[in-house]
Amino acid sequence: MEHRLRTPVSQDDVAALRAGDLVWISGTVYTARDRVHALLATGEKLPVDLAGAVIYHCGPLIRDGTVLSAGPTTSGRVGRYTRDVVDRGVRLIVGKGGISEDAEALRGRAAYLAYPGGCGALAARQLLVKELHLPDLGMAEGLWELEAEGWGPMIVAIDSFGGDLYKEAKRSEMRSE
Amino acid sequence: MRREDLVCATVEVLAEAETVLPSWVEEAIREAVERERNPIAQSQLSAILENIRIAAEGGVPLCQDTGLPVFCLEIGRDLSIPPFLEEAIAEGVRRATEEIPLRPNAVDPLTRKNSGDNTGPGMPDIIIDLVPGDCLRITAFPKGAGSENGSFLAMLNPADDPLDFVAEEVAKRAGRACAPVFVGVGIGGTFDLAARLAKRALLHMPGSSDLDMALLSEINRIGTGPMGLGGDTTALAVRIETALCHTASLPVAVNLQCWANRSSSATVRGDGWSID
Repeated sequence: MEHRLRTPVSQDDVAALRAGDLVWISGTVYTARDRVHALLATGEKLPVDLAGAVIYHCGPLIRDGTVLSAGPTTSGRVGRYTRDVVDRGVRLIVGKGGISEDAEALRGRAAYLAYPGGCGALAARQLLVKELHLPDLGMAEGLWELEAEGWGPMIVAIDSFGGDLYKEAKRSEMRSE
Repeated sequence: MRREDLVCATVEVLAEAETVLPSWVEEAIREAVERERNPIAQSQLSAILENIRIAAEGGVPLCQDTGLPVFCLEIGRDLSIPPFLEEAIAEGVRRATEEIPLRPNAVDPLTRKNSGDNTGPGMPDIIIDLVPGDCLRITAFPKGAGSENGSFLAMLNPADDPLDFVAEEVAKRAGRACAPVFVGVGIGGTFDLAARLAKRALLHMPGSSDLDMALLSEINRIGTGPMGLGGDTTALAVRIETALCHTASLPVAVNLQCWANRSSSATVRGDGWSID
């Protein structure tokens, strides 16, 4: 099934997603990787409101306010903060490689979407820069507020009901042995 | 050799490597789309091919992770090595970071402070090989963190099967290393020689020995697939390099490279330079 979503994302939007579905996103997207997650976990107040938000595990390459390349970074490094993120109201997490060990924190509340890793030039075409928050963290680690227009397709890799494509791939590994 | 030639060659090999994949790498991905049976895996591989096209057409980096600056230098034994060798390459990296541009990725490992221009202690990393002749060949091999973080080294027991170990570990790690991956394997030597063999195996890709092909099919049989979402295409190529090891040891190192197996080379002579 295909979903075209606009931010802020509602609980109903999330509940309609199933592992394997395709999603395109329009609206506001916030980048967050290691340093922003570490801040968030300390309970620090962030300069943006994450209710119904989409966060993107990404450290973009940006020059003069233009996104040049902005593919996902490995989500596994920040998976341990999933509950903190979802507690702040985030409903969609976009990344690569999955957060299977921490997926339980998504249940009933949020979903994880996979954007193809390394496809930075492709993603850049559908993302505009709105603002850089926390500029002291630098280009890769800062919190970029981006405007997405029909950004996708991405794949629902972990849905809010426990459906998980990474776990399915692992199960098929075990069957083949 | 003129300093400015080496600086310019460094900028150019980085620019080429960051924006255009070697044709054999793109061809390997095209062949994988044809073979792949899993529709989600096919969609990932098609997006990758689309990304390759957009980056080459627009002259923009394929991936926002423009990597750490790693270079391989093949130095002709008849060449008089210029005093500015490492310094000129570092200058090329600074210029490339500004001009291409590259993301500043190099940070102090303890304070995590970013040097701002991808250079500093230990960076760029320069691997030197001595070869016949009087030229210098420079290869840019920018290395992203996703695949570097998935790399590993183990001191196995000589009774262990190193190939089974590599296949299982790669299948486990490839999803987070932007599979489909290229797998450089070093078996034997010492602790650090095994790692160097693994890196050189990547630089000497693709492999074609029976052992390379057997390990490739074993990794792909496990079904991790592109980005770990399942499928037939976990690895695109494997190359194994070996060295003698101590009778009591079995060092095994694997250096993973993501599908964006970026590299580009140039030759610098006494009177100028050109992209290979």
